[in-house]
Amino acid sequence: MKHRHTSLWVVLAGASLPAAIALAGPLGLPPVPVPANNPMTPEKIALGSQLFNDKRFSATGEVACATCHDAGKAFTDSPLKTSEGINKLTGTRNAPTVVNAAYFASQFWDGRSADLEDQSQHPFVNPVEMGLKDHEPILKIVRSDPTYVAGFKQSFGVEPAAITMDHVKKAIASFERTLVAGDSPFDRWYFGGDKTAMSEAAVRGFKVFLEDGRCVSCHTIEQDHALFTDNRFHNIGAGINRIQDKVPEIAPKFLEAKAKGVDVDKAVLSDPNSSELGRFAVTDGLDELGSFKTPTLRNVAVTAPYMHDGSVKTLRDVVVHYNNGGVTNKGERVNDFLSGGIRELNLDEQQISDLVAFMEALTSPQHATPAQAASAGGQQ
Amino acid sequence: MSNHYTRRSFLKTAGTVAAVSTLPVTLVEIAFAKPQDNFTFAYISDSHIQHIRAGKFVNNWDRGLIRAVAETNLMTPKPDFVMFGGDLAQLGTKAELDHGAGMLAKLNAPLKTVMGEHDYYLDLGEYWSKLFGPQYYSFDHKGVHFVVLNSILTHDEWTFNRWPTAEQRMNEMAGLDNPNGSPFMVGEKQRDWLAKDLAKVAKDTPVVVFSHSPIQKIYKGWNFWTDDAEQVQALLKPFDKANVVYGHVHQIQYNQIGNIAFNSVMATAWPWPYPSTYAQAETYLPKLTIPMNRADPFFERDATGWQMINVNTGRVDLAYNLYNNRSRTVAFDHKRGHPADTQFQDVALEPNRAHY
Repeated sequence: MKHRHTSLWVVLAGASLPAAIALAGPLGLPPVPVPANNPMTPEKIALGSQLFNDKRFSATGEVACATCHDAGKAFTDSPLKTSEGINKLTGTRNAPTVVNAAYFASQFWDGRSADLEDQSQHPFVNPVEMGLKDHEPILKIVRSDPTYVAGFKQSFGVEPAAITMDHVKKAIASFERTLVAGDSPFDRWYFGGDKTAMSEAAVRGFKVFLEDGRCVSCHTIEQDHALFTDNRFHNIGAGINRIQDKVPEIAPKFLEAKAKGVDVDKAVLSDPNSSELGRFAVTDGLDELGSFKTPTLRNVAVTAPYMHDGSVKTLRDVVVHYNNGGVTNKGERVNDFLSGGIRELNLDEQQISDLVAFMEALTSPQHATPAQAASAGGQQ
Repeated sequence: MSNHYTRRSFLKTAGTVAAVSTLPVTLVEIAFAKPQDNFTFAYISDSHIQHIRAGKFVNNWDRGLIRAVAETNLMTPKPDFVMFGGDLAQLGTKAELDHGAGMLAKLNAPLKTVMGEHDYYLDLGEYWSKLFGPQYYSFDHKGVHFVVLNSILTHDEWTFNRWPTAEQRMNEMAGLDNPNGSPFMVGEKQRDWLAKDLAKVAKDTPVVVFSHSPIQKIYKGWNFWTDDAEQVQALLKPFDKANVVYGHVHQIQYNQIGNIAFNSVMATAWPWPYPSTYAQAETYLPKLTIPMNRADPFFERDATGWQMINVNTGRVDLAYNLYNNRSRTVAFDHKRGHPADTQFQDVALEPNRAHY
């Protein structure tokens, strides 16, 4: 497992061991938010990395967090449409990148976890992911494996018997908070003032991004940084269009099952129809039917396919989907619950190509293939 | 309507009201409310379907009505009926009314409709009546007497003698702060009808009046106003529980005048703020608990919505389904003796200045 830290590490002066560190963001990103109850330390980050890559925490011993969040694929499982868990079981959702997830206000496509700590516990016990019955097998390993025993002692000062899932979650989250990546050609052009950092097509594409494409309304940019997400949930016609005629049947049935105690995490990943209910499955809110979290666009060129269900193959097809007003193929019926703001854009072919060029300029150097690094930046 | 109505046993089921008023509109809430005698109805209003040219309509207004209809159809159990509160069309044309009627036809519950000024002033309601029937009427449902009024009429001289074309008449009435406009009124003919209609109703029967304009005087320049409001109110005065639900204002308002509780409903098209020239007088004006933020210009559904209503206590309780905003419930507060926002009544919130 290669660590690709490009961020600046700052050891806070005066902090007693284990040293707490704060993480300054790379070009284009703000400082990483770190919860007060889970300060970052080198020991804890190393421990988290080990946990993240450990295949023993799955029912078959073949799947780790890193299986679907592969460092070599910008922490996704591109080009898979939806993720493969134990025994090649597939879920309903496309693996979102862990890169820059530290900045998100909620985790998972439907935001059903509030933070990285909470998120980290669920895939272990989801039947189509790592397939454990409960978290006990994990605790058994980390309480006996000497490397883990030492790691938890150093990170949390706990004896083996006192290790809990809370510690495991905190360590994984701390590691994930180091997976931040900015410094893309766009960042160097926009925030760094390097006029040659982005191709002419990408520069034109940025104008489309801000104006006719209406992209920036959800994929937001601030004065001194850009997360490319508003951290909100929108029905953009992905997935929900497919089941729109069945919604009056599926939605009440799902809520009834939920009221009877069905686990939302398991239900949405195993049942394709329930999955398309999106944020509604979490909040029961009518105005979130078919809504999913705005994903960041950073490194989007290396994380195909797209949308929560991986249903759109290329960045060009994504732009076409929006250009059609929320349908991938022109003329299809868009669902009744579509979010305000999604409408036909009337972009021409040139604008579509330019917009794709702009998105290709959002790849951070550590996640770009040599070819991409050469073509995305600079004027060729 | 020859028989007298009796108060319903559901007036005793106060527990249900509490459940409704503490939760936002969700399917769970509706699905798990005690079924017995209660009923709900949905209220969709002010869609302002606007024709641009052959086959083209304003997308934003279309989407608002389409979405409200689709969401209403998800309610379990189904609402007993759906009210449409007026201003289906923007300029009263056949194309607009047909397009809107087509969307409303997808409702899976019976539809009842109220006349709005945007539906009326092109052909004086002729085509609207072909589609939807009478412009004022009453009906009884599960122990409640419902009355629908056409409250957007005005002086005959203005309607019949002033304008060279029907189109100009429509446009003049559609304007805000327009000195050429004219105040709305129910009129003598309907008031006479109403007096006779209500004479047959027992005074302890809950009465719910649906009108497009408020049957109270709020702000004349925007026709948040009915000129003969006091005379209509006088007809409602003998009833223990009289309620008026109105559209037109595109915002949440509520008020109490004597025994009459007033509630407004949201628009599916766009929100109005309070008129900038509006000055809150001491009495007879709706409570403005939290000033509404201006709609987000990108998220077109922001600050629009529709509502589920119950009359379980003989008073009107409205659960507002609001997009991009927290859902709100305005229910009759029996201790205070007037409608109250179940969450925000006593919370003084500063408006979000970032939006202004």
